[in-house]
Order: sequence, then structure tokens, then C-alpha cells
Amino acid sequence: MSLPTSPAAGQAALHPQPAATEPRAGLPRAVLITYLALLGLALVAPAIGLYPVFMMKLLCFALFACAFNLLLGFTGLLSFGHAAFFGFSAYVTGWLVKAHNWTPELGLLAGLVVAALLGLVFGFVAIRRQGIYFAMITLALSQMVFFLCLQAPFTGGEDGLQGVMRGKLFGVLSLVDDRVMYYVVLAIFVACFVGILRIVTSPFGQVLKMIRENEARAVSLGYNVDRYKLLAFVLSASLAGLAGSLKTLVMKFATLTDVHWTMSGEVILMSLLGGVGTFLGPVLGAGIVISLQNMLADKVGEWVTVIIGVIFVLCVLAFRKGIVGELLAWLDRRRTRA
Amino acid sequence: MEIFGIPHQAFLGQLMLGLVNGAFYAMLSLGLAVIFGLLDIVNFAHGALYMVGAFAAWIMMDSWGINYWFALVLAPLIVGVLGVIIERGLLKRLYGLDPLYGLLLTFGVSLILEGIFRKQYGVSGQSYSVPELLSGATNLGFMILPNYRAWVVVASIAVCLATWFIIERTRLGAYLRAGTENAKLVQAFGVNVPVMVTLTFAAGAALAGLAGVLAAPVIQVTPLMGSNLIIVVFAVVVIGGMGSILGSVVTGLGLGVVEGFTRVFYPEASNIVVFVIMAIVLVLRPAGLFGKET
Repeated sequence: MSLPTSPAAGQAALHPQPAATEPRAGLPRAVLITYLALLGLALVAPAIGLYPVFMMKLLCFALFACAFNLLLGFTGLLSFGHAAFFGFSAYVTGWLVKAHNWTPELGLLAGLVVAALLGLVFGFVAIRRQGIYFAMITLALSQMVFFLCLQAPFTGGEDGLQGVMRGKLFGVLSLVDDRVMYYVVLAIFVACFVGILRIVTSPFGQVLKMIRENEARAVSLGYNVDRYKLLAFVLSASLAGLAGSLKTLVMKFATLTDVHWTMSGEVILMSLLGGVGTFLGPVLGAGIVISLQNMLADKVGEWVTVIIGVIFVLCVLAFRKGIVGELLAWLDRRRTRA
Repeated sequence: MEIFGIPHQAFLGQLMLGLVNGAFYAMLSLGLAVIFGLLDIVNFAHGALYMVGAFAAWIMMDSWGINYWFALVLAPLIVGVLGVIIERGLLKRLYGLDPLYGLLLTFGVSLILEGIFRKQYGVSGQSYSVPELLSGATNLGFMILPNYRAWVVVASIAVCLATWFIIERTRLGAYLRAGTENAKLVQAFGVNVPVMVTLTFAAGAALAGLAGVLAAPVIQVTPLMGSNLIIVVFAVVVIGGMGSILGSVVTGLGLGVVEGFTRVFYPEASNIVVFVIMAIVLVLRPAGLFGKET
């Protein structure tokens, strides 16, 4: 039960084809140029007047969406509970940094580890079922985490965790300046993005894709499918947790919104809108959703939910490959015609 | 008198409240089970439809002066029509695709419905008083039972039984079940399957609407009332075994009661006890209590 339903839809995924035959061949040149151009743009973003806090928020959610996409796009598992990892790690990091004076790097590490452990528990329970069952189980488990966060003493309940200090990275680099923080966030994002790229193009990633395309075949070839799925789930959860931790440091707070199940829905929308199973899709999707929310919040107020809902419906009805997916499919068609 | 060291009034009161909640879980998961079992759609918008039912009833009674009994019939009808629109206009285009797309689409629909009502009515709760006939309470000797709560439990059990009867024991139900097995064959016998599918979805939606009307006097009517409930109902459905009608009714009522017990003994855990049970059941019996192993 993978989300790209036809083989054609699966192939719309970005460029894993050459990598499949030559794992060490690296990225096609056009893709590499696109990535480098985007990286260049991200590096000069503060200089050309883009508000660093907005850019950081965007990167945090882009990382979250990439982590989610690692699971849905490349393993074919739709988790509806990723807010649990994002939000819980956001709280853990915020609490350790605020109440126990942990340094930011240790706070982030703790968020990552906690999310990995939580992912192990979720994964262990959820991978017993597939498809919609998997989605519903992850959703229910994440709701459990939501209630824990609502009632646990360290989270500040309805008020959330406010006034988290960013502190000094490795004891030297003060993160109080938004620009310094921005480059730290960018560095972490790029590292994770490259990491995901590496995971997906590795032999391990190929097995994941085989599970997505044809689980029965993977089983018959002797792969321990459950263990691969669990590992993919834990990896995805850890990165989602890191995104949440990073968000806490950037915004200086963690609230129930981060851990509420609508956040799980939002990250699905980001991936779906940009293009499930593509590398840049989730980044673009996150960019669009976050920008929309930022721009619309003061203009249309309550209508934001309705607009997000309409985009959701349109994505599912009209362009299931997402923006990047449709673009790649179009390029593909043009190449084969030429 | 004390039961397990708890004053029996508190104990029975929570038990009764649990039973009322269980009645709502049962009715909502029943609607989900009907739609899933026959159409293979997980209707994420079910909670939103429940909310629309409650609002429809509240608007009718509060603004239009329509009495409770008419609202009890009209509101589910309205929600049923909304169901027809959703099925004909949107879901129809997804048949044959992975069921996950249906889940995502209905999630979008629930956001739209919730957003519209939030824009219109804000997030504060509305409520209306129960009709004359059902107000007051009966002293059962060991506890005071509000009549309306008794009515909710009785009505929901009756609705559940009727649904079970229609699907398992009537000709219409036989067509429905056959239609899900082999739509083409049933169509060849002269049954209009697409209309049947639409009506099934509408019926499932109407069940959610009815639960909304029944719930409105007990709880606060807010745009968010469905979105938090739907996840508990999903857990109920997973525990009961997806698509099993018996499973959804028994598990719904049972889990309501378990939740009530938990509220007596360890209130902090009452919100999560359903999910804990879900995890345990899944580890031991992945298909759910009443589900068939696939």
C-alpha cells in the first residue's frame, strides 16, 4: 500500500533511477545545479532582506517535512502521528535548556534521542498493520502523547513552555543574534537533507523502495521487512524530533500546537503539495504552507483553516504527484518525446 | 455504601457518564464501520459531520424555534445530504485508488467544515436545554439518573441494533454486502450500485449527525467537538476490528465504561486509557478484537 499508486507515479519520484544501477554515480548534473543554486540563495537570504526568523521557521518545517517524506515517499508508510515526535522533542529540548540550563547542542541531541526512542515504541506497535490502519494507529498513539504533554508537569500545560534561551553553541557561539542562529539552522538542515539523500540512494534505501513498490517480493527475497520498516520509522521520527527541537530554540517556545494532531496533518499537506517521494518537494511544500499561514493569518484570520483544507482537497483530487512531482513528470515526458 | 473504596454515588455516576460516552463512541464508530466496510473509505470527516449535526440541531432549536423531536429527524437528514454532496462531488473521483487518498481527502473536508463553523460561531460552546419530556431525573434508589442520559443510551443502542439488522438481515443489506464483494455482478442483477454506495455514505454520515444531535444537550456544542472525538473513535475502531459492526458497538460501549472507571480511580489517565488499550490489543491481536485476520 504505497501512496504513489501506479508504477508511473512511483517513477515520478526524483532521480533515483540512475542511482539504482550505479550507487556511487552521484547526482545528475541538473539536479546538483538546482541544489547548489538553492543553497546559494539560502546563504544570502538574510543579506537580501528575507526575515531570518521566518526563514528559520521555514527551514525547521522543511526538515520536518523531509523527515516525514523519508517514511511516506520512500518507504510508503503514511504516518498520521509525526506531530508527536516533533512536538514532544520540542518540549524536551525547551525544558532541558530552560529549566536545567543544558547547552543548545545537548538540548538538540536530547530531542533527537527522545524522538528516536518514541519512534521505536510507535513503530513497534504500528508496523503490525498497513495502510490506513497504520495511519490511524499512529494518529491514536500521537494523541496519547498530546494528552501526556497536556498533563505532564514540565510542559506548562495550556500555556506551553515560554522564554527558552538559545544560549551559546559549544560554549562559544552566541545564538542570541538571529543571523548566527540562522546559519546554524541552515547548516543542520543541509546536513540532514544530504543525510536523507544518502540514506535513500544507499542499498538500504533501495530496500525501502522495494518495500514500497512490492512488499511481498521483498519478503520473498528474504528481507526482514518489519525490521527495515522499523528502522525507517525510527530514522524519520528522529529527524522529525530534531526539527521540533530546533524550532523550540528558534522560536523560544514550545506549545501544544506542536504536538496536536493537526500538525501531523500539516506535515502531510506539505509533502503532498510539494511532491511525495521527491527530495525538494517537501521543502517547497513547507515553504508554501508556512508562507501562506504567515501571510494570511492577519488578512483572513479564521479562513486559513478553510484555505488549507481546500488546498488539501485539490491536491488529492487534481495533482497527487505534487508540484515537484508534476514538474518532473513533465520533464520526463518532454525528454522521452525528444 | 462504597464500591472498591469509592462512594457509590461517584462510582455509579462516572459509570453512567462512561456509558453515555460509550454510546457516542459506538454510534460514531458504527457509522465509520458501515462506510468502511461497504465502501472501503476511512471517513476522517466523520467527526466534522458529527459537529455539523450538533450545530444544525442547535441552530434549529435556538434560532428557528423548531422542537427537539423534529430536529432529531431533520439534522441527520441535513448531514445525510451533506454526505451525498461529499460522496458525489469528491470521493467518487477516488474509487480504485489507494484508500489512503480517501483518508487524506476527508481530512481536508473536515478542515474546511471546521474552519467554516469556527469563522461563524467562534470556539466558545453553545448548548440548549433538553426537551420537557426528557428533563429531570429518576431516583433509582442507588443513584440519581438524569433522564436525558438514559435516553441517549437507549436511543443509541436502538440505532445500533437497527443498523445491524438492516445490514445483516434484510435484502437491502444483502445487496450492500454483495455490492462490496463484486459490484459488477450485483449491477448485472439490476441493482444500481453507485446510488447504493451514495446512500450508504449518506446513511453513515446521518449516523454521525444523529450522534451530534443527541450529544448537543450533554456537552458543549463547539466547532472543535468532532476533531478531538474522532481520534478516540479511530482507536475504538482499531480495537474493535475495522469494518466489524458488532465490534464497533461492543468496543464503543465497553471503552466508554472503561474510561469512566479510570476517571474514578486514576483521573489523570482517563484521556489516554483508550489508546493504551489500543496499543495492547494491537500487540496481542493485530486485527482487532472482532476483526478478521487479513
